[in-house]
Parts: sequence; structure tokens; C-alpha cells
Amino acid sequence: MTRSRSVRGWSPVATLAAFSLALLLIVSGASCGATSEKEAATTVLVFGASSLTDAFADIEAAFEQANPDLDVKLNLAGSSALREQVLEGAPADVFASADWRHVEALIEAGEVAEDAATAFARNRLQVAVPEGNPAGVGSLSDLADEDLLVGLCATGVPCGDLARQALATVGIEAAVDTNEPDVRSLLTKIGAGELDAGIVYATDVASAAESVDGIPIDPQVQPDIVYPAAVTSRAPNPTGAAAFVRFLVTEPAQTIMAGHGFEAP
Amino acid sequence: MMDRPRHQSTRSGRGAPARRRLGAPARRRLGAPAPWSLVLLGGLGGLLFVLPLLGLVSRTPWLSLHELVTSSVVADALWLSLLTSVLATVLSVALGVPLAWLLARVDFVGRRVVRAVVTLPMVLPPVVGGAALLFALGRRGLVGGPLNETTGFLLPFSVWGVVLANTFVAMPFLVITVEGALAGLDRRFEHAAAALGASRLTVFSRVTVPMIAPSLRAGAVLAWARALGEFGATITFAGNLQGRTQTLPLAVFVALESDRDTAVAISLVLVALSFTVLVLLRDRWWAQ
Repeated sequence: MTRSRSVRGWSPVATLAAFSLALLLIVSGASCGATSEKEAATTVLVFGASSLTDAFADIEAAFEQANPDLDVKLNLAGSSALREQVLEGAPADVFASADWRHVEALIEAGEVAEDAATAFARNRLQVAVPEGNPAGVGSLSDLADEDLLVGLCATGVPCGDLARQALATVGIEAAVDTNEPDVRSLLTKIGAGELDAGIVYATDVASAAESVDGIPIDPQVQPDIVYPAAVTSRAPNPTGAAAFVRFLVTEPAQTIMAGHGFEAP
Repeated sequence: MMDRPRHQSTRSGRGAPARRRLGAPARRRLGAPAPWSLVLLGGLGGLLFVLPLLGLVSRTPWLSLHELVTSSVVADALWLSLLTSVLATVLSVALGVPLAWLLARVDFVGRRVVRAVVTLPMVLPPVVGGAALLFALGRRGLVGGPLNETTGFLLPFSVWGVVLANTFVAMPFLVITVEGALAGLDRRFEHAAAALGASRLTVFSRVTVPMIAPSLRAGAVLAWARALGEFGATITFAGNLQGRTQTLPLAVFVALESDRDTAVAISLVLVALSFTVLVLLRDRWWAQ
């Protein structure tokens, strides 16, 4: 009894407290040490729009083959979510969006330099339907049919804004049943047959050809969809980032992009 | 979940007020110094919850807040969130209490597997849960397909889809809370009631349920809270449409795409709502 009372100050809980504190200090010390600097010099963190998912996987492989000392890491999400992440200080090196507006927002916030953005691809919209088109959707104007299950990307997401732009040009009010947070989740629901139709990019239809069919939209209704890429102002690895952006407009990269249904800028 | 002394104190609180504190756990006297290690760890733990709230408040556009939270998007989402989370809680109690009773009291083959399956939604990423619901109950799903063909009824993209997705993720919280209480229950009271001639259903409703009431309430509140915050399963299974399936968490997520001020304002509504309900219920049920 006397003995245990004499070590009262170091009960298991106190030991745990001291241990976690020590761990915390070690971890915080390590993260600002040499490791992270070395990593920043070899890593290129690319923030890319969801619609670039498949194309950028191939671009990453080709770029790393051409630049063996650089390691590309992809963070793929909706352009607006990526923009928010960059605005909140995410350590992105490259920002590749499906819409100029997001780059402009970053330029305004000083996260991207004035003339740093390069257009590297174009895309088109298509009406996507489940394979075999079970609901017999014929054209864009069928999306006004209340009996069809229709999905669009949400407002604020590039594919959502562009789709609404196209619908407005034709003068149609779509009978929307769901506003999906990004183009991939919309495509998944169409591919699973849970939705009858939706508006996505031609590249998405190409990537999901086994479960989805595409119906072309009149070129006169097509909005101009340009993909810009930019090195961010606070890029941890600006040289690697610049190399990646330059690579996007080279012939090998453009061949890859074309293979995924993109058009040249 | 709920410890025995507490059961006793609430029980005796009804019949014999004078003996209320007899079984209550001893409390730390105010003013006595707390061990520094507990203060340090507990303080760090508390900070983890307080800091994000401060972050949210620091980004709140106070000047336009009123205008933002009274918009139709927020009003629709608030109403839909309340409706679906309450319905999901009712459904969780109606189905979850019998399920918990079966798991605690009936020794059937595969009970351990069923118990694991019931708690699976707690560890499953909600998006996976939503996709699984879609494959089971969607238009081309295992059950949803035949259901849609025969009756024309469609769960996805409907308010019932939201309720179902909410129940799927929320009910496990109720089941494990109630099952734990049932397992720790002193069965002599039930035996006594049965010996006095009460039917099994009477024993359950008049003896068992009152005895597990504190856990039942705690489980129901946990389930409600989980349903209110549900996002992944809902957007995957029920989609996102203002006034039909867009609950507050979905509205926050969509607003974040285009308008951060609105997103922060809706988040604040969600936090205020949950906080008010939790504080009110706590005062009412766990005050003593």
C-alpha cells in the first residue's frame, strides 16, 4: 500500500497523458522536418475535376514515365469542391478544372496567378441513358417528360450549370428527380438503370460505354466547354507543377485525352 | 450503456422519493482538485469538439444570416429533415426494440451473425450502404424490381427512400443500446410478473419496457441524431431534390458547391437544431 501511494503521481492515466503528449510533439516535429521538403520536391499534387478521372490516370502514368524523378498524386473531385479546398489552403500544385469560372475565382483570391491558366481540352454534352435506352428517350426535349426519372448535376457543379444552359437554349424545363453532387454519381445512377436519362459529358458516356448509351445534343445548343489547368500561387512544388501543365498540351498527352473522348483545346 | 444504479434511482424515484439517491453513484464533490492528467486528456478531447464549432461560427455571415436561413431551400430542407429523422426514429423503435429483444433473449441459430449484420451499418461507409440499398430496393434491385413491376411503387428519389436510408443507418444505435439494457436486466421482476399470471406480452410491455426505458430513450435519441445528420446513404439511395429528398445535410453539401455563405448558414441551423434538442432532452431525462 505504501509503495503504490508513493508512485501515485504516475498512475496509468498520467502515463497515458504524458505518452500522448510526447507522441504529439514527435509527430508535429517530424512533419515540419526534412521529410516533407524532400517529398514536396518530388511530388506533384494535382487537383483534377471528376470528369478527368480516367484520362488523368493515363496522363499520370505517361508523365511519370517521361519524368521519372516526379511522382504525381491525383485528388479528383467536383471542380467546385476542389476550388473550396484550394481556397482553404490545401497544398495543391496544379488545379485542373472543368470550367474557367473556378480558375477565375482562384485568380480573384490570389491562389492562381493572372495568366497562369492554360486550356488543355474541350468536351461536349450528351444525353446519357441506360444501355439499350429502355425508356425510349429520343432527344434533349424528352427530359421535360414528368413520367421519366431524370437526373442532372446540381447547380454550381460545372456539368449541372452547363446542362441547364443547354436546356435554357432549347427552352425546356427538365422534370428533374435528382440533382447529383457530381457527374460520376449521376452516371452511376443512369448506368444502374435507376434513372432514365441525364445530361453528362461525352467523355463520361465513353468511359461507361458498357452500361450507358449517349444521345448527341445539337451542336448549336452545345455550350463551349474548355478545361483549364493552372499552377497554384502557393504550389509546394512549382517546377514540377509547371512541368505537368506543359505536359498536358504536348502531343502524347493530347493523344491520351482524345482516347478518352476529349477534343483538342 | 446505462448502468444499474441509474435504473434503480429512476425506478425508486417514482415510488419512494425519499430513497431516490440511495443507489445513485457517488459524485465528485465540487471544489476537490481534479487529477491534472484527466484534465489534460479530457480538455484535449473537449477541444476536438469545440474547435470545429468555433470554425463554423467564425465563418458565419451574421449580417445576411437571417435572409439566408429563411430562404425556401433552407425551409424545405429543415422541414424534410425533421420529418424524415422523426419517422426514421419511430421506425427504428418499432422494429428495433423487437429485434433487440430477439437478439438478447432468443437463442436462435446464427444469432451472432445477425447481430454482426445489424451493427454493420455503423461501420459501413454510408455511401456503400446507400449503394447496397439501391441494389436491393432500387428500380432494378432484388426486391425493388419486382415491387416496382407489380405495384409501380418506387423507393429511390422519394421521401420514403430518405426515411429508409435514415432508418438503415440509425436503427443499429437503438438496437445495440436496447439489447445491452435487456442483457443486463434483472429478470426476477419479469419472472415475478409471469408467476402472478401476466401474459408474455404484458410482461414485456408493463415490466420489461419500463425497466429499460432510460436505455430506450438514449437509443432513440442516438438514432434520431444519426438520422438527422445522415448524408451518404441518403444522397446515394434517395437522390437530391429540393422539397422531396433534399435534407439539411444534402442542402449544405450542394450549397458548398456554389455558395459558401449559404452552406455555413444551413450548417448553423443544423447545429442549433441538434443542440437544442439534445440539451432539452438531456435536461428532461438525465437531469438527476
